[in-house]
Amino acid sequence: MMPGVPAATRIEVRELDMVYGTRVIQRNLNFTVQRGDIFVIMGGSGCGKSTLLRHMIGLVEPARGDVFYDGESFWGAEQDERDRLLRRLGVLYQSGALWSSMTLAENVSLPLEEYTALSRAEIGEVVSLKLALVGLAGFEDFYPSEISGGMRKRAGLARAMALDPDILFFDEPSAGLDPISSRLLDDLIRELRDSLGSTIVMVTHELPSIFAIANNSVFLDAETKTMIAAGPPQVLLRDCPDPKVHRFLTRGEAEA
Amino acid sequence: MTPTTTLPDTPWQLHLDRPQNETVLLRLTGRWTRESRLPRAADVLNQTTANGQIARVGFDSARLEAWDSGFVIFLRAFIAETNRSLITCDLSGLPDGVRRLLALTAAVPERKDAGRQTKRPSVLARIGIATVATCRAGIDLLAFLGEAFKSMLRLFVGKARFQRSELFLILQEVGAQALPIVSLISFLVGVILAYVGAIQLRQFGAQVYVADLVGIAMTREMGAMMAAIIMAGRTGAAFAAQLGTMQVNEEIDALSTLGIPAMDFLVLPRMLALALMMPLLGVYADLLGVLGGAVVGIGMLDLGPFEYYHRTVEAIGLADFAAGIVKASVFGVLVAIAGCLRGMQCGRSSAAVGAAATSAVVTGIVFIIVSDAAMTVIFEKLGF
Repeated sequence: MMPGVPAATRIEVRELDMVYGTRVIQRNLNFTVQRGDIFVIMGGSGCGKSTLLRHMIGLVEPARGDVFYDGESFWGAEQDERDRLLRRLGVLYQSGALWSSMTLAENVSLPLEEYTALSRAEIGEVVSLKLALVGLAGFEDFYPSEISGGMRKRAGLARAMALDPDILFFDEPSAGLDPISSRLLDDLIRELRDSLGSTIVMVTHELPSIFAIANNSVFLDAETKTMIAAGPPQVLLRDCPDPKVHRFLTRGEAEA
Repeated sequence: MTPTTTLPDTPWQLHLDRPQNETVLLRLTGRWTRESRLPRAADVLNQTTANGQIARVGFDSARLEAWDSGFVIFLRAFIAETNRSLITCDLSGLPDGVRRLLALTAAVPERKDAGRQTKRPSVLARIGIATVATCRAGIDLLAFLGEAFKSMLRLFVGKARFQRSELFLILQEVGAQALPIVSLISFLVGVILAYVGAIQLRQFGAQVYVADLVGIAMTREMGAMMAAIIMAGRTGAAFAAQLGTMQVNEEIDALSTLGIPAMDFLVLPRMLALALMMPLLGVYADLLGVLGGAVVGIGMLDLGPFEYYHRTVEAIGLADFAAGIVKASVFGVLVAIAGCLRGMQCGRSSAAVGAAATSAVVTGIVFIIVSDAAMTVIFEKLGF
């Protein structure tokens, strides 16, 4: 929780194979995410980035391999243990995935009501803090359909942070946002990492975000169906010998 | 002077120091987390000011072991309290992360005008609101009917734009796939009618007229109505949910921007399909109902199969059949209209889709019963 704790492996993905039916999405993925990292999963469209995220947050069981949180096996654990692990994760889905029949305040308070012993008043305080953190103070009584896409995303982030998770997952956080909102969201993500010391895993193909905030990454390739590069994006841009990675990180401008 | 406020069993401790006059330093130690039952901000401030007025509050967090959002909530409340008492709150002694979070919460000012009006309107106002809403719903319905009619006209002049394959798909969905449930329900309705009739008619020794009763009731009334009510629950709700989901996904907007009227493309094939299939389902329901009656008549009332058959054939006139078929067609169009209307009116959330489906069924059944009553009276007057 406290910043300044020495680096430690928070998440380890080991020999992971992802298969839908008989179709192999990715095979033999191996990487680790350290405490305090902003880790990016990148790759072209359809290479399985979001699928990898779904495997890491327990929505899809891998065909082979496992995900370890602080050395604890996720898929090898019992359901109870898994639920307990999941409560330490916060997930921001691509379009916010706010429950549309509930107000923003109710969206954020649901996890608190389910998993904490806080009183109604205390939950109200947490909700107003979380909404203020994402710049939505005063929007407690709004329904998701009444606010803009960028606000919905930030509200989704407030909900993801409701239980003070120490690992946050983002699925395409800046998709559908204008450059300024997307930049503000990047700043917010970095600010949250710095102040709360959270570990952040992000799926994105927004190059500005990748270079601005990521300090480690893995590159998935749709053709060879495995990861073809790993490391800090700046280093990959400079040193990666693979032309695909280079083309991706330069928007294909290198060859033009 | 170092007063200590700590309960023996709390994980957090608070020491008050007074390094200078009018300045109090809060020394925070231990775990200031949500689980630690943190003190109320107002109580802490009262303690701080207990030994005389102060102008400044500072923090020392060098020995703070852990904090989380509970601590930030406490601080937000504490800062608000100090502002109210015109005391300067110096945050420089807090951990870096906490200061950043506090800055973040203050970065975007709270929208004061965003709050909702919670005042309940007066009775008169509510009556007015309800009246306006009802009138508006009526106007919406008329507008929808007008659009649907225009769409029908376009169909007859061959200008309506929809996909034939879609029509056949819907035809199959509302026709063939509805047969099992229509069979079950209308057969049982036939059985029930025969039973109820038999109890009464037996008193006069007129059991044989059970065949007339079941035959006429099914063909004139029950066949069409039961089929229509099944379709309202089965297909009307499905239409509303389909169109509602398309509304949520902006698929209907996508059609409009292409210049394709959603009326033609989505509503028309559904209305056509139900208008075509409902009479067939009605006739099918008639047959199954008569069959159900026959099972009771032959099995329980000792009527011969041929006797039952002849009585039925004699009892049912062409007019009875025609009346049933006309009703079924009208019901079909009404169920389609109710489903499509509610689907097109659907809001942009998943809850709205559920509401649209429910409303489609209710509207459909109301339409069926009201129009049935009207048609029964009209047929009676026409001697049909």
